[in-house]
Amino acid sequence: MYFAVFTALLVGTALTVFAATLDLGSLNAPVALGIATVKATLVALFFMHVWHASEKLTKLVVVAALFFLMLLLGLTMTDYATRLWS
Amino acid sequence: MQDSASVSASATTAVHDHHGDAHAAHNPALLHHFAEPEQQRDAASLGMWVFLATEVMFFGGLFCAYLVYRRWYFSDFAAASKSINMWLGATNTAVLICSSLTVVLAVWAAQTARRTLLIISLVLTMLLGVAFLAIKGVEYKEKFDEHHVPGASFSFDHEEIPGHPGEYANPKHAQMFFSLYFVMTGLHALHMIIGLGIFAWLLTMSWKGRFTPEWHTPVEIGGLYWHFVDIVWIYLFPLLYLIDRHK
Repeated sequence: MYFAVFTALLVGTALTVFAATLDLGSLNAPVALGIATVKATLVALFFMHVWHASEKLTKLVVVAALFFLMLLLGLTMTDYATRLWS
Repeated sequence: MQDSASVSASATTAVHDHHGDAHAAHNPALLHHFAEPEQQRDAASLGMWVFLATEVMFFGGLFCAYLVYRRWYFSDFAAASKSINMWLGATNTAVLICSSLTVVLAVWAAQTARRTLLIISLVLTMLLGVAFLAIKGVEYKEKFDEHHVPGASFSFDHEEIPGHPGEYANPKHAQMFFSLYFVMTGLHALHMIIGLGIFAWLLTMSWKGRFTPEWHTPVEIGGLYWHFVDIVWIYLFPLLYLIDRHK
């Protein structure tokens, strides 16, 4: 199990380097961030045992951390990304 | 006050004497304010997760600043990003993933009372951590040699914007990229150094045989910290090293 996740993480790293050399138009950044998110999720779920061996309270803390991070990034970017509209 | 404290202390002693056998049987690592080892372990793990949640916000502010400036100065950021050695960054990503594997092996070894594997895994983790910092040092030296370190001697003149021949990046905007690059990778490297300290302590404890399948909480929560630092790098690598590489 650990070795499968480990292999997936290495493949993901190779994939993100490879994808960076391709011209995907405006999709380069979303693809890079998508791969990073998949890798981070694998680490959290399996290496940090969020999937199997954690109690509900731990999961709540993880979700809360992500929620507030999204609030920080999301609200900031909705401001800066829409300033030129007026 | 002192009287009542000594009374309650003696009362506690009396209770313990009464349950003398049960007390001797249970794990000496179990602190008295926890009902059972599972509860104690969950509490420690939850505490670490709450700390990591604060770390998410700590790094989150920097990621937020990065996103704002990247939008504003995208082509300058792309030119600056291209000047960093991508292969050193990719190697370091692989090094950290390997170290995350040795960390889960260490936790598993502690759970299953494999002392030799535990010690080997901790040593390997530390070696990989040192390798990461050494590679980072090589990368920083390149940046110093090229005068890409923000400050009085900073220079980023006549650096072409990727995909726009004949157009040059604005050095001031590129300097903003390098400021973020050094603060984010530097803060990450600081976390690595702290991680190495934690693992050195875990190694000493393991060497003394302090960890058992019943009690190895420090290995688990030290591992959580190490994995978190790995996750931060997983995002730093594409964001800092791989902007517009294809052009």
